[in-house]
Amino acid sequence: MGYTLNFGAVWRDIDLLWAGLGMGLLLALVSIAIGAVLGLALSFVLISKSRFRPLATTYVSIFRNTPLLVLILFTYFALPQLGIRLGKLESFIATLALYAGAYLAEVFRGALLSVPVGLSEAGLSLGLRPWKIKLLIVVPIMLRTVLPSLSSTFISLFKDTSLAAAIAVPELTYYARKINNESFRVIEVWLVASLFYVGTCVILAMLLRLAERRLALPR
Amino acid sequence: MQAFFDVVWDARFALLSGLGMTVLIAALAVLAGTFVGLFVGLALSFARGPLYWLVRIYVDFIRGTPVLVLILASFYILGTVGWKLSAVQAGILALAIFCSSHVGEITRGALGAIPEGQTEAAKSLGLNFVKTFLLVLLPQATRIALPAWVNTAAEIVKASTLLSIIGVAELLLATQEVIARSFMGLPFYFLAGAIYFAVNFGIEQLGKALERRLAIEGR
Repeated sequence: MGYTLNFGAVWRDIDLLWAGLGMGLLLALVSIAIGAVLGLALSFVLISKSRFRPLATTYVSIFRNTPLLVLILFTYFALPQLGIRLGKLESFIATLALYAGAYLAEVFRGALLSVPVGLSEAGLSLGLRPWKIKLLIVVPIMLRTVLPSLSSTFISLFKDTSLAAAIAVPELTYYARKINNESFRVIEVWLVASLFYVGTCVILAMLLRLAERRLALPR
Repeated sequence: MQAFFDVVWDARFALLSGLGMTVLIAALAVLAGTFVGLFVGLALSFARGPLYWLVRIYVDFIRGTPVLVLILASFYILGTVGWKLSAVQAGILALAIFCSSHVGEITRGALGAIPEGQTEAAKSLGLNFVKTFLLVLLPQATRIALPAWVNTAAEIVKASTLLSIIGVAELLLATQEVIARSFMGLPFYFLAGAIYFAVNFGIEQLGKALERRLAIEGR
């Protein structure tokens, strides 16, 4: 063994880790925002009898069954060959948002089906147009029923932002690796990095549960 | 296009051995992770006091840390403390630990879903704890847990791509090596994505088939 813990190198660069954590949260937040809009659109196609339904099913299936790292590398390294050139951040956010969209589409689909038909019928009897019924009645109720799944999706997206390190986006894992390679304080840096992740996940889970309790449908 | 197929043909052994490596890594990680995960689930369901909290912290810590961080930590830390593991072994260990925490949660959920009356009936028949677990609880829990467990297997196949970052020559790294030689990023990332999709889609369909077969009539 002969290894003594020395957190000096990690404390010296702790600001980098905080910055990386902020970057990870930002990436997850932007991605889930775009992903939620995309997922909502997809979920309406999934429950419809539209001829685009097979297309939406295929989209969801492809994004759920392909490793995220492959998708990230594809967007960043392969798409430029088709003339689609994105920066590191944009390409990562685009990939994570598309990925989140596929997962949320499934979540929303199930929840849309669980909104009682009577509510849409009530809307019809009030003379609302179909799009208004969806926008003003069905979607708000659906969103309040899926809050727990939205929270857990957000937390897992936050953990997935660690993959951005693979294309050198400066987030937590990227900086942890940098400190690791520069200082060789291996145990300390990975211990602190994983505590950052775990701590953030725990705090997020608590905050989101509070929000859920306030916003949940009364039973 | 012809050029692409020529390169694929030249690299067929590298790609196939990469795929073999991916399957081997995933299979070993799932096997070991499931074995440990069963005990984790048992502890979460039945243990009291310090053992329960120890296991609870283990599961929450692992689930709160991104897989990539687990893999990097396992790869860098084990070497430092003098446990000589190759990159493959360190990677499989990290994936198995990740898998065990998920299987633990799945097992806990499945055991919790079995009605109390089953345990009471077993007790009234005079079965001891081991027999109650093996003959009454485990068969029912397996049925409940199987779909989620198959999902975990697909997750592990996807997570195995992260081993490419620590230099394990699985399918993604084998593909990247071909790309580095041929400069054909687009078709080869696409090919890798398609292979992963095929594997995971297969696992997903298998899971659905199992679920249909094992579904209990009238539930």
